[in-house]
Amino acid sequence: MSVTPLRRLALAAALLAPFAGADVARAVQPDEMLADPKLEARARAISGELRCLVCQNQSIDDSDAPLAKDLRILVRERIEAGDDDKAVKDWLVARYGEFVLLRPRFEAQTLILWLAPFAVLALGGVAAWRTLRRRGAGRSVEAPLTAEEKARLAALLGEEPSEKA
Amino acid sequence: MIVEVGHYALVLALTLALVQSVVPIWGTRVGDPRLMAVAGPVAWGQFLFVSIAFAALTWAHVVSDFSVANVFENSHSQKPMIYKISGVWGNHEGSMLLWVSILSLFGAMVAWFGRNLPKSLYAAVLGVQAWVATAFYLFVLLTSNPFARLLRAPMEGRDLNPILQDPGLAIHPPLLYLGYVGFSIAFSFAVAALIEGRIDAAWARWVRPWTLAAWVFLTLGIAMGSYWAYYELGWGGWWFWDPVENASLMPWLAGTALLHSAIVMEKRDALKVWTILLAILTFSLSLLGTFLVRSGVLTSVHAFATDPARGVFILGILVVFVGGSLTIFAARAGTLTKGGLFAPISREGALVFNNLFLTAACAAVFIGTLYPLLLEATTGGKISVGAPFFEMTFGPLMLPLLLAVPIGPFLAWKRGDLLAVAQRLAVVFVLAIAAILVTWWKTRGGPVLAPLGVGLAMWLTLGALAELAFRIKLFSEPGVALRRAVGLPRSSWGTTLGHLGLGLLLFGVVAESAWKTEHVLVMKPGDTLQVARFELTLADQRDVAGPNYDATVARFVVKENGREVAVLEPAKRTYRTRRMPTTETAIATFDGFSQLYLAMGEPQGGGVAMRVYWKPMVLLIWIGCLVMSLGGAISLTDRRLRIGAPTRARATAAVAAPAE
Repeated sequence: MSVTPLRRLALAAALLAPFAGADVARAVQPDEMLADPKLEARARAISGELRCLVCQNQSIDDSDAPLAKDLRILVRERIEAGDDDKAVKDWLVARYGEFVLLRPRFEAQTLILWLAPFAVLALGGVAAWRTLRRRGAGRSVEAPLTAEEKARLAALLGEEPSEKA
Repeated sequence: MIVEVGHYALVLALTLALVQSVVPIWGTRVGDPRLMAVAGPVAWGQFLFVSIAFAALTWAHVVSDFSVANVFENSHSQKPMIYKISGVWGNHEGSMLLWVSILSLFGAMVAWFGRNLPKSLYAAVLGVQAWVATAFYLFVLLTSNPFARLLRAPMEGRDLNPILQDPGLAIHPPLLYLGYVGFSIAFSFAVAALIEGRIDAAWARWVRPWTLAAWVFLTLGIAMGSYWAYYELGWGGWWFWDPVENASLMPWLAGTALLHSAIVMEKRDALKVWTILLAILTFSLSLLGTFLVRSGVLTSVHAFATDPARGVFILGILVVFVGGSLTIFAARAGTLTKGGLFAPISREGALVFNNLFLTAACAAVFIGTLYPLLLEATTGGKISVGAPFFEMTFGPLMLPLLLAVPIGPFLAWKRGDLLAVAQRLAVVFVLAIAAILVTWWKTRGGPVLAPLGVGLAMWLTLGALAELAFRIKLFSEPGVALRRAVGLPRSSWGTTLGHLGLGLLLFGVVAESAWKTEHVLVMKPGDTLQVARFELTLADQRDVAGPNYDATVARFVVKENGREVAVLEPAKRTYRTRRMPTTETAIATFDGFSQLYLAMGEPQGGGVAMRVYWKPMVLLIWIGCLVMSLGGAISLTDRRLRIGAPTRARATAAVAAPAE
């Protein structure tokens, strides 16, 4: 078994830190790489989108786990066999499930995931727009500070009561 | 004995926190100033006792008292002293103790700087602060006691995780916690305001410095962590969209939004409800981050289920505080909705735009981090959400915001004139377009989006500088520009530097991701490699013994045009106690900001596997963060925010009162 997941865990457990835990610069090895730089570039791009299944949130391109190495070699074998990028990924999903994809596919179970950020933007935008329009329609009543409160505020802030906004 | 004193001091701190939770708030209910006045001294007492506890644990680590379980598990007698000290918080129990220490520090600071607050607000804020403190003291004492003893003391400890034996550990977690925990003040102010049922522009003025300070620390903490990951992990990345990173990014995004909305509230008495909500959300996200990292839920839902004590406790804290504060918010928010009017095109409008996009970006990080957990918990489906997802959602959400940043500060309050702003920014716009064209011309065949990224970075940096130039009338009245610059409110400098830093950060990100080069190869002594304009030769390899590790060190001679410009010594270490290897990268900086980065791998095929990167302009990523933090720090010294020193401010008010 690889020690990588344990190491990542140790780090995560030790720190509330923006820091991703694996340590050894192994990842892609010189002897794994394809001779054709174009194919190798494709392999690297695909590897960056595939999860190392035994690691915590690491792509197989970054991971030093033996399983990641196996997957890297598999990806390169498929590419050399003539598969296009999508076929390589489909093939891996068929074997390992959706879990292997770091970019989840857009489908029923990931609908909320993909749409939520933009839904927040849209809802927030509508809410802001409506608030602005309502504000424009009628001046809301506001309890102004009393003279005494204003004086106390000025004393606290140590400046003139009517600073220009 | 000292360790038991520490343990007891922590219990006393809990007791004081309980007093502080009840008595001052009771005072505000019955209107008794004596009860309210209890808050201050008790907050100081908490700080005193937690400091004693923290000092006791530090002492146990320094003298390597292995009868303490925490020291045994995370220390070693041969460990260098700096790591014995920083190792205090390099583990779960110790880091939670640091968490509560910083919380009590902030409590004491509120007690000190807030002496001029209205008595009832002062009491309520410290009361709410004590609720948070109580929850976390209980968490430490009941589930994560750092003072637990071992019945039979071992002779030697298990040593600290080697990755953590780095100066980064001494600085990064304390900075990050100062940020995380600092937002608790904004939270306490928000809840106190809701309890009091009163909120006005003065409230925003009181909250803003605390938010600003927390934001500065969080920015520095994240940047520091990112740089640490960059040089320590050895594959040259600086941001991985790891859940642990996201846990710190979420409060940062919400906190950045809060900083901006608090400005609107302070200047124009608008956006009150939203600002209160943001203050609650920001600290809630800090708590969420604590939960994610401390509960083990990130590894898998199952790991969480097997040892749930800590996780459930923090989840409980999370639910009580988020749920409770949102309930109070829902009940009281209706009484607060009043505020200044403004047109959509105005400074207020621009800040609303800022908040909208920052919130949506924060939502993208939130859902991406939590969705796999939710899905697995509800349907059992397992999916992964990694960097590609965040790049596709976070990126597009930040883009409109970045485009709008230079425009905002030019807009007038209440009603702005977009045409006038366009005229003022025309030169900047032309320069940004020119930058795009020049970059495109110079890097033909490279990444297509990179020139646009450079243009956007130029737009941000020059836009920030242009705003400064117009404020001090650099071009229309150059004679008095310097005097105006000196007299400018510090908060204006904060805006300029904050936005300038963002531009620099973006420039670094674009250059690094578009034009970095990577070489992965096996090298033998005598081998030479051409990287960018440098020629690297592996001179030799040797074994070196460190204090608690053995290392293999390679020596690279770097030449430029045949002249030696650097010697780089990447190494691999194996720590003796844990038998764990680590990579020590070797980095040389050229042209001010670009770096040559070497990491050593395994021996292979008679040589050693090497990773060599050329990272153009990469340092700008962290310099940008430093500039942003500097902006925040300068803004913090603004006279308006120095509420702790009213007398002094009054004395100087007549002399330096720059109208804004």
